[in-house]
Amino acid sequence: MTVTVRLFASYAESLGRSSIDVELHEGGTVDDVLRSVAALPGAERLPPLPLVAVNCAYARSGTRLVDGDEVALIPPVAGG
Amino acid sequence: MMRASIVRQKIVLDDLIGQAASPAFGATAIFIGTVRDQNEGRSVDGIDYSAYEEMAELEMSRILEEARNRYSIESAIVEHRVGELAVGDASIAIVVAHPHRGAALDALRYIIDETKARATIWKREHYSDGTREWVGSPADRPR
Repeated sequence: MTVTVRLFASYAESLGRSSIDVELHEGGTVDDVLRSVAALPGAERLPPLPLVAVNCAYARSGTRLVDGDEVALIPPVAGG
Repeated sequence: MMRASIVRQKIVLDDLIGQAASPAFGATAIFIGTVRDQNEGRSVDGIDYSAYEEMAELEMSRILEEARNRYSIESAIVEHRVGELAVGDASIAIVVAHPHRGAALDALRYIIDETKARATIWKREHYSDGTREWVGSPADRPR
C-alpha cells in the first residue's frame, strides 16, 4: 500500500520537498513511515520522534495505516 | 455562527464582528494578534506564515467545539492569515459573542491559547539583519 507523507515549514526545507509517497506493507504503522523518512537525505535535521498527524488529526506512532492515508510530520507550531 | 478559517487577505475585523453578532448577544470579546517589531532581542521586519491548511482549519474548528461545550457559546469566529505579513499586520483575529461577558471572555482566552498550541501553522521571522528563521514550540502531544 502507499501513503502520502506531507512535510511543512522547516521539515520541508530540510528534506527539500513537501510531499513523499511511501510504500508500506499491509498493517504498516506511523513508526514504519518515520523509519522510511529517516533514511532520506536531510532527515538528520528532523527530531527522532516528530509530531505526526494522520488524515488531519494528531496521531500516535503506533497508529496503523491504510492505503491512501495522508501522514503529516508536524514541526513545532507557531500560530497566533 | 461558528467558523474557523485560514485566509490570505487582510483580516477585516468589522466583517467578523458583524458575522458573530446577534440581538441576543450583549457581549462581544475580541482578540487580535499582530506582528511585533522584535522577538527575543532581535529586530523583526516581518513574518512569513504558512500552514497545513486543511488540518489547521479542522483543528481550530475542534477548538471552537470545545469552547462551545465548555462555555456554552454559540457564536465564535477565528481567522488566521498566512503569507508575508509586515510589522503591525494582524495575523489572527478571534471574535466571540455571547449574551454575557464572562463566557465570552473565558471562551476567547481558551480559543487563542489552544490555537497557539495546536493549530498547524508556522512562522518564519525576517530579521533586520537580512536573516530568516523558523520559530516555534513543540505542539501538544496527542492525549
